Amino acid sequence: MTSPAGSNHLAPRQLPQPPFRFYTERRLVELTGRRARNLGELLEHLQEVPGSSIFYHTHHQYLSHHFETPVFHNDFAGWVLRALRLEQLAERLAAIDLLAFTSIRQLRRSIVSAIQDYLAEGGWQPQESPPGDEFHFCLSRSFVMPTGIVAGDEREFFAKLPGVTNVSLFFHFFLARLRLERPTNDFSQWLGDLGHRELAKAIDRLDPYSRTLDELKADILALGDAYLGSGDGR
Amino acid sequence: MAAKLEDYQEVVGRDVVDELRAVAARVRHCRIQNINSTSVGGGVAEILARMIPLFLDLGVEATWDVIQGDEEFFQVTKAFHNALHGAPGQITPEMFDVYQRNTERILRETPLTGDVLLIHDPQPAGLVQRRREIGRRWVWRCHIDISTPNPLVWDFLRPLINQYDAAIFSMPDFAKRLSAPQFLVTPSIDPLSDKNRELDREFVRSVLEKGQVDPERPILTQISRFDRLKDPLGVIAAYRMVKKRRDCQLVLAGGDAPDDPEGEQVLREVREAAASDPDIHVLPLPPFSDLEINALVRGSTVVFQKSIREGFGLTVSEALWKRKPVIGGAVGGIKIQIINGVTGFLAYSPEGAAARAVQLLEDRRLREAMGENGRQHVKQNFLVTRHVKDYLLLVLALEHPDERVVEFH
Repeated sequence: MTSPAGSNHLAPRQLPQPPFRFYTERRLVELTGRRARNLGELLEHLQEVPGSSIFYHTHHQYLSHHFETPVFHNDFAGWVLRALRLEQLAERLAAIDLLAFTSIRQLRRSIVSAIQDYLAEGGWQPQESPPGDEFHFCLSRSFVMPTGIVAGDEREFFAKLPGVTNVSLFFHFFLARLRLERPTNDFSQWLGDLGHRELAKAIDRLDPYSRTLDELKADILALGDAYLGSGDGR
Repeated sequence: MAAKLEDYQEVVGRDVVDELRAVAARVRHCRIQNINSTSVGGGVAEILARMIPLFLDLGVEATWDVIQGDEEFFQVTKAFHNALHGAPGQITPEMFDVYQRNTERILRETPLTGDVLLIHDPQPAGLVQRRREIGRRWVWRCHIDISTPNPLVWDFLRPLINQYDAAIFSMPDFAKRLSAPQFLVTPSIDPLSDKNRELDREFVRSVLEKGQVDPERPILTQISRFDRLKDPLGVIAAYRMVKKRRDCQLVLAGGDAPDDPEGEQVLREVREAAASDPDIHVLPLPPFSDLEINALVRGSTVVFQKSIREGFGLTVSEALWKRKPVIGGAVGGIKIQIINGVTGFLAYSPEGAAARAVQLLEDRRLREAMGENGRQHVKQNFLVTRHVKDYLLLVLALEHPDERVVEFH
């Protein structure tokens, strides 16, 4: 095996990294026509609806404007509490750690198990939702488009991040990881590929579910500032 | 006069307009043809009149055609409309014959020019019978609450709807088990239209005085067609309960639509019920009274939309946009426009509506807080710019029928 003339075969070759392109998601809500009036129907549909419906009902509230912080961001938990008045189950559903999963299949299994376990334990009264308050299964059709914002290196990335919308942030953090089944959020992936592994890990450790999107952006920027300011950044 | 995109930018912000342009750039190859049954009166005609110029300004060719029907046809489609809303009323086999006979004529008369045909409500729904012959993409846009439809009428319509490529509903509750995909698109108001734009105080005052309404005393108002499903008699009942506790006036104002033959009968009943009270102002308005409607709402203290059934009830958003708290029936789209206790109150009876009206009349700060919340809620969710974006995305969804995530580069 010969190496290219003049190259140093002992050093790893530095391949040029592609720039980071910020994308955003535009969505249209699709209705499945499936509705649940009680826990049995909810469970049945949960096992049959497309994965995008599970994603929608566990994530869309993070993008919505709220006058008051919702009791639960998870629609299943919210409905079980409001319409069926099953407080304990609602809390268990809301407590499902969305960061623990890297696919919607796993998330669906966890939600279904939580309901099955609750049913198996007994001691609950079957409840029907009031008329007009059934659970309607929806999903979203996502249209992912470039925003035109591009960063060639980490300094440019953090300089441009403040101008990136919350919807774009949502796409790169929530949708890319769970719905497109990428191993981590897009920011950490790209920064890691550039060689900034500590910074990538630190961003990956941020829990996007316990922050608003504004807070998430501020925390990413703070990590970037600390890292680049410390001299670790190239 | 049609507003331009730049005019909207001042209201909704530059991000929203930039986003519209970005989506429209991917849809410019497609002609969107809207077809409905009336060019004036009712929410559908109003929205279309405002949307078409916006599409054109975005570089998307959009057109609007109105089918022609005789009185018999519109009586039948009004009966269908009520029956789809779940209201009682007799449906006869002859009605289906009238519908089909008219549809055949409409099929001959209506030029189908769009790449995407957006067919609004049941009246022109039968046009889809030409799909097999001419192809294109067909979308049925349903503006009606069909959560509990009369089965006779729904069974008649369902085979037609199943021929469409997609259906659009205004609320998740209205979705059906259909073979085609169904999308949720809530309707919208136009902040720059005569019905919603800012007005000067003197004009508001002059409109109130012209209707013999005293601008200095509290005013409760319901703006709607004279239609049983809007429950104008229930509003009068609620007003009478309020009146026992607080001085106030009631304004019931609305236009009529040419495809609604029941309107005159309901107006007579309302006038009879109001006859003995000089503080009840029944104001049937001629077409093109948008500025007067705008002024009546702006001059009001509290707005009612006490519907029994409602496709969406955009009068709620129109009032919220003007920072008026709204008391509405917990039906159809009213449930998502009124966030109970935040932008207004949901009521289930004249008694409930009256109690909330008294509460609001007695608490100016509550009215102001709810009014501000209402304005924000409409800005986020129910303006025409969002509506146009949804229709543009719908075109993309039709072009990528099997993809849940469509990636553009």
